[in-house]
Amino acid sequence: MKGIKDRGGRASDSLNQRFDAPLTRRIALWLPASLFLAVFFFYPLGHILTLSLDFSAITAGALGRSLSVLGFTLFQACLSTVLTLALGLPAAFLFARYRFAAKALLRTLTAIPFMLPTVVVAAGFNAWLGSRGWVNIALMRLFNLDSPPLVFGGTLGAILLAHVFYNTTIVVRVVGNALAHLDPRLEQAARTLGADPRRAFWRLTLPLLRPSLLASILLVFLFDFTSFGVILLLGGARFATLEVEIYLQAVQFFDLPLAAWLSLIQLLCTLAFSVVYSRAVTRTPGPSAPREATANLRRPQTLPQRLFVAGMAIFLFLFFIFPMLSLPVRSVARLEADRGERGQVRYGLTADYYAELFVNRSETLFYVPPLRALGNSLGYASLTVILSLGLGFPVAAALARPGPLERLLDPFLMLPLGASAVTLGLGFIVSFGRLLVSPWLVPLAHTLIALPFVIRSLQPALAAIPERLRQVAASLGAPPLRAWLVVDWPIIRRATLAAAVFAFTVSLGEFGATVLIARPEYPTLTTAIYRFLSRPGGLNYGQAMAMATILMLVTGAGILAIEKLRLPGSGEF
Amino acid sequence: MKHPSLVLFFVFFLSLLPACGSQGPQTLTILTHDSFAVSEELITVFEQENNVAVVFLAGGDTGAALNKAILSREAPLADIFYGVDNTFLSRALEADIFVPYESPLLAAIPDDFELDPQHRALPVDYGDVCINYDRAWFAERRLAIPAALVDLLQPEYTGLLVVENPATSSPGLAFLLATVAEFGPDGYLDFWAGLRDNGLVVVDDWETAYFTNFSASSGRGPQPLAVSYASSPAAEVIYADPPVDEAPTASLLAPGTCFRQIEFVGILRGTPNRDLAERFIDYMLDTRYQEDIPLQMFVYPVNQNAQLPPEFVQWAAVASEPAVLGPDLIAVHRDEWIAAWTEVVLR
Repeated sequence: MKGIKDRGGRASDSLNQRFDAPLTRRIALWLPASLFLAVFFFYPLGHILTLSLDFSAITAGALGRSLSVLGFTLFQACLSTVLTLALGLPAAFLFARYRFAAKALLRTLTAIPFMLPTVVVAAGFNAWLGSRGWVNIALMRLFNLDSPPLVFGGTLGAILLAHVFYNTTIVVRVVGNALAHLDPRLEQAARTLGADPRRAFWRLTLPLLRPSLLASILLVFLFDFTSFGVILLLGGARFATLEVEIYLQAVQFFDLPLAAWLSLIQLLCTLAFSVVYSRAVTRTPGPSAPREATANLRRPQTLPQRLFVAGMAIFLFLFFIFPMLSLPVRSVARLEADRGERGQVRYGLTADYYAELFVNRSETLFYVPPLRALGNSLGYASLTVILSLGLGFPVAAALARPGPLERLLDPFLMLPLGASAVTLGLGFIVSFGRLLVSPWLVPLAHTLIALPFVIRSLQPALAAIPERLRQVAASLGAPPLRAWLVVDWPIIRRATLAAAVFAFTVSLGEFGATVLIARPEYPTLTTAIYRFLSRPGGLNYGQAMAMATILMLVTGAGILAIEKLRLPGSGEF
Repeated sequence: MKHPSLVLFFVFFLSLLPACGSQGPQTLTILTHDSFAVSEELITVFEQENNVAVVFLAGGDTGAALNKAILSREAPLADIFYGVDNTFLSRALEADIFVPYESPLLAAIPDDFELDPQHRALPVDYGDVCINYDRAWFAERRLAIPAALVDLLQPEYTGLLVVENPATSSPGLAFLLATVAEFGPDGYLDFWAGLRDNGLVVVDDWETAYFTNFSASSGRGPQPLAVSYASSPAAEVIYADPPVDEAPTASLLAPGTCFRQIEFVGILRGTPNRDLAERFIDYMLDTRYQEDIPLQMFVYPVNQNAQLPPEFVQWAAVASEPAVLGPDLIAVHRDEWIAAWTEVVLR
C-alpha cells in the first residue's frame, strides 16, 4: 500500500522538490543532447526552411491537396496505432507475466522487423500474401479458383499490416518493461481489499502503466505518421502521406517552397502530439517501488492462462515468422525453370548465392566482401548505441523528475522522429557542405532517430525509482556509486537494455541515413541489399535475399546478446 | 560519476572534428546517383596516371543527386557530377551548375546525343526504356506480343502490363514520355485511360515492378509485361542462376514503343580542380572506359569506337526508332504531364 500512498502523498512531493532544486545540475543534464540536436537537427532544418519557405508560393490548389494528404496521413496513422496496440498490449502482457518455452527467441523475433529494409519486407509479404503468394495459391487450390482471391499489394490493408509488423516491438518493449516491473504486492493488496481483477486492472495497473503506454503510443504514432517506404512499396502509387508528398515535391518536382510548407505542417503536427503527450504524462503517478522483473513471472497455471499463453505465443510466432521466412528460403532455393513450361516451378537447393557474395564477378569498384559490410554495419550500430545512450541517459534522468525546464523542452525531443528526412537532408547540404561526406556522420544521423527512443524507454523506468530507496541506501552508508548499483541499476537495467536494442536496430535499419550523402566505399548490409536489388537477374535477387538473411541473423544475435548481457545487478533477488 | 558516458561522448565528438576536415589536396570528388558502377581497375589506372585519389559520393536517385548538386552550388560537394539524364537535364542547365568543357572526345560521339550545344553537360551513355516481356509466357499461350503501344488496349492483353509511377520512378517517367511522343500531348491521356480500364498495374518503383510483379524475373509475379530497360534481358543471362543459354525475357522494340534515356556528366562550377576534372571527363569518354560501361551499368556507351561485350550484342537490344522528345519540351511540360497522368490513372 505504501506505493499507492506515495503517488499523491505530500511526503514524496517534498522529496521530489528537493531533487528539483539545483538548476545548474539540470542544465548540465540537458546540455549534451541539446547541443547535439541544435547542431545536427535544429540548425540544418531551420536553415533549409528559412531558405525555401515562401507562403506566397502556396496556391489554393496546393493548400487543398496538402490538407487531403494530411487527412490521409492522420487517418492511416491512427488506424495503424490502434491495430499495433491491439496486438502489442496482449503481447507485452505475455512477455511481462509468463514464463514459457523459447520466450527469449520469440521476443527477439518481434524486434527483428524493426530494422529490415522496406524493400525486403515488401518482398517477404508478397511471397506470403501476394497474388502468387502461399496463401493465395493455397486458397486457389482449396476452392478451385481461377484467380487469386486475396488482393494485397496496393491496398490500405497492406500498409496497416506492415505498420503493425514493424512497430509492435515498440509496445512490447516499452509497455512490457513497465508491466514487468510493477510491484505485484500492489495488485495483491487491492485484491485483498476486495477489488475484483477487472477493477484492480482499471484502477491500479492501468494508471501505473500510463507513462509507458503513452510513450509507446507516441513513438508508434510518429513512426506511422511519417511513414514513407511502406507507403511507396506496399501501398503503391495511390496512397501518399505527407512524407511521400514532400519527397515528390522536393525531389521530383523540385518545388522547394511547397516541400518546405508540407515539412512545416508535419513538424507542427509532431510538436502538437508531443505537447499533448507531455501534458498527459505529467499527470501520472509517481514512483511505485518497482520490483525486479522476475517477481512478476510465473508459469501459466489455469486453463484460460494456458490457452492465452499458447494462443498468443503461436499467433505472434506465425505473424512474425511468415513474412520473414521467405527470405532465408529464397536465399537457398533456386527456381529451375524450363523454357516454355514454366507453369510448374521446380525448386532446388543451392548455396551459390552465399558463395557468390564473396566473389567480385564484375570487378566493380564498389564490391564489398560481406564480412566488411557486416563490419561496417556493426561498427555504426555500436557507435550509435554508445552515443545515444550517452546523450539520452542524462536527459531521461532530468525528465524523470520534471521541473519547468523539462516541461518546456520535452516536446522538442520528439521532433527528429517527425521531421521529414528528405527536408533534413537538404538542410544538411546547405548547412554542412563538404563536411557531409565524412563517414563519421553516419552514426550521428542514426543517433538522431535513436535518441527519442532511448529517452522514451529510459524515462518511465527512471521515474519509477523512489527517491526514498536511494536515501535508505545512503543512510545505510552506501557510497553514491554503490547506492546507484543496488537501487537504480536493477530497476533501470531492463529499460537500458531495451534502449540499447532500439538504438542497435535503428542503426542497422539505417533510419536517418537518407539525409546523408552515401560513401559507396563504406557500404553496410542494407546498402548492399539495395545494390543487388537494383539490377535484373536471378543471381542478384538471390544475393539480395542471402544478404537480407545475414542481416536478420546478425540483428537477432545482436538483440539476444544485448538482452542476455550479465551486467552487475542483473542477478535475481 | 553517474554519467561517465558523457565524458566518452565528448571525447568521441572532438575526435570527429579533424576527421571531417581531412580532405587531401589531391582528391577528385565525383557526385553521382546510387546506381553508378565502374570497374575498380579503371579508377586505379586513372589515380596512378594522375597521382590523385578519386572519391565517389552517391546522392540517392537521379533527381535527389541532382538536387544535392544544385543546393550545394555555392560550395560544391564535388568536382564533377555524373548521372543527370535528358529528363532532368534542363533543371541542371537552368540552375547553371556546370561550366562548359568542349572535350576533344566529343568528335567520336554522334551529335544526336549532344543535347547541350554549349557543352556544359556531356553525354556518357544511353539506354532505352522499353516494355520487357516474358518469352515463355507468350509462347505457352501462343499469344502474339504487342506490335505497337496501341495494341496494349486489346482485350487479350488485359491485366498483363505493370508500369512504374512516373512521379517516383525514372523508367516510369521515360515510358510516360514515350506515350506522349507516340500519341501527342493531346492524345496520351486517352491512351492511359484505356490502359487503366484494361487492367493496368501501377507500382512506385522499378524494383517492385521487376522483382515482384514481372512474371519472368526471380519474383515470379503475375504480369508478363513490365516496363524496364532494353538491356535487362542481357542482365538476365549474365546474372542467371543456374546459367542459361537463352534469355527468359526480351524487349518490345517496335518503333515508338521505347524512350531513350541519355546520361550526362559535367564539371561543377566552382571546382578548384578544373584541370583534373577535364582529364577525368576525357577518360570517361574514351574507349577504354566506355567499353566498361555496359557490364557495369547495363547501358550503352555513346562513343562509337567502343566495342560492345558479346552478351550485349546477343541479348540486349537498341530500339531502332525510339520516341524522341526535346529536353526543352520535357522541361516545360514534365510536371504538368505527370500531374495529369496521376489524375487519370491513380485518382
